[in-house]
Amino acid sequence: MRKKNMNKKVAKVLSVVAASVLALGLAGCAPAGDSGSSEGLKIAIMPKAINIGYFTAWNEGAQKACEELGATCDYIGPNEATGPAQVEFINQVIQQGYDVLVISAADQNAIVPSLQKAKEAGITIVTSDADVAAESKDSRVVSILPSAADRIGTAEVDWIAEAVGEKGSIAVLSASATAANQNVWIEAMGPYLTENYPNMSWVGGTVDKSTFYGDDDATKSTQQFNAILTQYPDVAGIISPTTVGVLAAAAEKKAKGANVKVTGLGLPSEMAPYIEDGTVEKVGLWNPIDLGYVAVYAAVAAKNGTFDGAVGSSFEAGGKTYAVVDGNIVFLGDPFTFTKDNIAEFKVIY
Amino acid sequence: MANFSLPKIQLSWDKGVVLFLVLAIFIGSFSSEYFATASNLSFVIASIAEIAIIATAMTYLIIAGEIDLSVASMMSLSSASIGFAFREGLPFEIAILIGLAVGLAAGLFNGILVTFFGLPSLAVTIATLALYRGLCWVLLENKPVNQLPEFWISLGFRNIPNTFLPWSTIPLVILAAAAWVVLHHTKTGRWVFAIGINPEAAKFSGVPVNRVKLGLFAYSGLMSGVAGVIYTLRFASASPDGGVGYELSVIAAVLFGGVAIAGGVGTMWGVLAAVVSLGVMRSGLQLVGFSANALLIVSGGLLLISVILPKVTEFVRIRNSRASTPKIKQKNEEKKYE
Repeated sequence: MRKKNMNKKVAKVLSVVAASVLALGLAGCAPAGDSGSSEGLKIAIMPKAINIGYFTAWNEGAQKACEELGATCDYIGPNEATGPAQVEFINQVIQQGYDVLVISAADQNAIVPSLQKAKEAGITIVTSDADVAAESKDSRVVSILPSAADRIGTAEVDWIAEAVGEKGSIAVLSASATAANQNVWIEAMGPYLTENYPNMSWVGGTVDKSTFYGDDDATKSTQQFNAILTQYPDVAGIISPTTVGVLAAAAEKKAKGANVKVTGLGLPSEMAPYIEDGTVEKVGLWNPIDLGYVAVYAAVAAKNGTFDGAVGSSFEAGGKTYAVVDGNIVFLGDPFTFTKDNIAEFKVIY
Repeated sequence: MANFSLPKIQLSWDKGVVLFLVLAIFIGSFSSEYFATASNLSFVIASIAEIAIIATAMTYLIIAGEIDLSVASMMSLSSASIGFAFREGLPFEIAILIGLAVGLAAGLFNGILVTFFGLPSLAVTIATLALYRGLCWVLLENKPVNQLPEFWISLGFRNIPNTFLPWSTIPLVILAAAAWVVLHHTKTGRWVFAIGINPEAAKFSGVPVNRVKLGLFAYSGLMSGVAGVIYTLRFASASPDGGVGYELSVIAAVLFGGVAIAGGVGTMWGVLAAVVSLGVMRSGLQLVGFSANALLIVSGGLLLISVILPKVTEFVRIRNSRASTPKIKQKNEEKKYE
């Protein structure tokens, strides 16, 4: 097998590789990120995935804060909402010497080691919209979250109950099965429905068995929406606690003329056509613009040493004061609802 | 590859890949000040470790004319088993052994279906791709396991002290070196090539075809298991949806590394250079500001190139040799490409 010849070539090639690796190693150490004044801070804004309208709005708020603070904000992140995909971009943030990272955690565990590394590299980290696991809260300074988790879930149950007239069985069309936010909200839905709406039930018996996963992907969410209708033809209502899912559900409901009520967490700009034509009566959401905006203020205050994220401490953003509660978290408030009456006003905002 | 005896201007595919790698490193260094740094190198190595380790086994399988599409699922199943065993209270060291054993068993199962029942590996491993992934969900449901022992986690994401190399470099180098030696310098390696070139002929000349194939699938499972351990430690958690789509990266790297999809041709170092190239390119493009969407186009494009380019060069070469070489040499040429 031309062994001799090959060995020689292998050796030659190896030496080239070795030389280039060596050159690479010698080429220098990472430039130290310069710190100091709040002007000119380099901030990375990282969504779970870059192609989601919700995060575009979230980024808008962040950019506004950056402008006010005189910092540079770059919007970078993966195109699939998974932890491992996000890790590559966290590495990039470390590599490029950013001062601050504002991130919506796509996976509450998998990104923690990388966040730890970023922290060691001197980067100030604030999670916004989605947090890391409670045990790992030391990896970030503070988390800026919409509202207390159980209330997000139970509010959605109230909306669907109103839509279906407080009777019938319902299902959930969620994001991915490991999406931490959605799982907490869905967990809160179960007992709340039983306690408050005796004439309502879950299509699969329990909330767990009635939850379908569209993975925050439009096509897959549509398929799962149809799967619910096929499997449970009597389903009265579907809650989709994710903007991708509720949009897919509304579109498919309209296309099929399906006789099922849909509600959930939706972006007003995306949901406007379906709310205006009556396909969907009501969706709700907090304001992602505020989430991004407040998170940047929190992060910059932490970077400048005027705020440490401790329980009871506070910082200011846009003239309002935000206080840190248990778990080193700041909650923005109750979810806001959109109906025919106010959708025109909000669809142009986000 | 097949043309070592040809005139020196000819560039074999795997040498081309190494050249490509060197070029990519140089271009990367010039386009971004952050590229050629120790910490970036560490990230690149860490990000390709699992793919590289699985690719060593995939190289054997594809050279032998088989394929294993279930590698990412086996990796995730190994990771999920580790998480499950640990959550059930077993010591983490035992959990890791269980993870490796599960990978090996999953690979053996693939191998038994292919060899004993004579089923095509493409179909078998598409089925087990889904099956093993399903088992991950059964084991962990939608609750990832975290809070693994600090010592092990730090192995997963720290560098070897005083170097820029992540700990995963050690298994990677050992396994790659072993795979290289066995493939190119042992009887087993020659058997693998023989099976890929012509399984019938190999059988008649005394190669235990089924035994070798069974071994290769088990090897693929075990390497996926090793990758599963590294993956678990790197992300400090075991999640049922880990590594979705990794099989594509692995196969892309193997083909880009010069292994013929039809079997019988390939080198280990071509594949390893290809894996590193992919990592380097991704990192470089990311650092100069390509978005995640654009990166997808690049990996898809590379895969296409590695399938199309060999066909084109082969065509050109045959035509050239027909036009310019004496009859006897031409005959030899043609034989080579049959």
